[in-house]
Amino acid sequence: MSARSLTAFLAVLAVIGLLGFGLLQKGDSGLDQGATVPDEPLPLLAGGGASSVRDYRGKWVLVNFWASWCDPCRAESPDLAAFHRANRARHFTVLGIDTQDLSGDGRDFVRAYGLEYPHLRDPDGDAAEAWGTTGVPETFLVDPRGRLRLARRGPVDEEYLAREVEPLLPGAPG
Amino acid sequence: MRALAAIALILAVAPAALAAEPQTTLPDVEDEVMCPICGTLLELSEAPQAERERAFIRARIARGDSKEEIKDALVAEYGPSVLALPENDGFGIAAYLVPVLGFAAAVGALAFGVRRWRRSPAPAGPDPAAPAGEDAARLDEDLARYDL
Repeated sequence: MSARSLTAFLAVLAVIGLLGFGLLQKGDSGLDQGATVPDEPLPLLAGGGASSVRDYRGKWVLVNFWASWCDPCRAESPDLAAFHRANRARHFTVLGIDTQDLSGDGRDFVRAYGLEYPHLRDPDGDAAEAWGTTGVPETFLVDPRGRLRLARRGPVDEEYLAREVEPLLPGAPG
Repeated sequence: MRALAAIALILAVAPAALAAEPQTTLPDVEDEVMCPICGTLLELSEAPQAERERAFIRARIARGDSKEEIKDALVAEYGPSVLALPENDGFGIAAYLVPVLGFAAAVGALAFGVRRWRRSPAPAGPDPAAPAGEDAARLDEDLARYDL
């Protein structure tokens, strides 16, 4: 093979490699069941510090990605608030992550729906991307070891929470 | 006298006019920032999230913030990706430097190629031997048939 042919071959190979890399980057980055969930610290929505899913190790955590401008998030919020109140004594919490939202709007949303659980901010959507979300709302159940147990694309409701989440929590009826 | 008064008035007003910062407007800002959810310029988006972002900008304008202050506030809310153009410092400067360097490299490569091409001797092609003998006669005969 001449030097010129080799150069052309390498150039074509590089282009194909770049295209492949691009496709892989765009591929489904959703978390698999049992995978350790991302735990980068995020700013608290209330301000004054940061927190992470890692801070809740030892508890079951229902991570809920939401935004104040999202209508389905409004629809599911009362059910999430009620589920949190009913189960917070069972080593369980809901953890809201307000993504790509104005912090003032996010705080107004929390007040309006009486959401008593903690909330983090994901200003640029990097956390949502790390979790493999495709939109809002999306909800993930994380076990006490920080591993993913359930993932829900789209809103949750009372029926879903009672059927899928509640039986996994400690102290669930046999 | 009237001309002198006019000049005096202009001189009195001009420094204040120059010192006054122009009021920022929504179109000034929304063509330089993104709607993060839509992935488009804010000015092109009609999404609900874009409307919230516009309301945020209007509130800042009403407070008297400058365009740069408003953009800084948007970066604090959404991160640096809210800016339509990368910042001209740190890693962001690469967005401006890489095209310039790429263009310079392309021009250099082109100049080098042209110079090399002009210097190279004309290719020595095969010397076409003129037909001789019977071939020459046949050629002349053929060509004569096309003479008008």
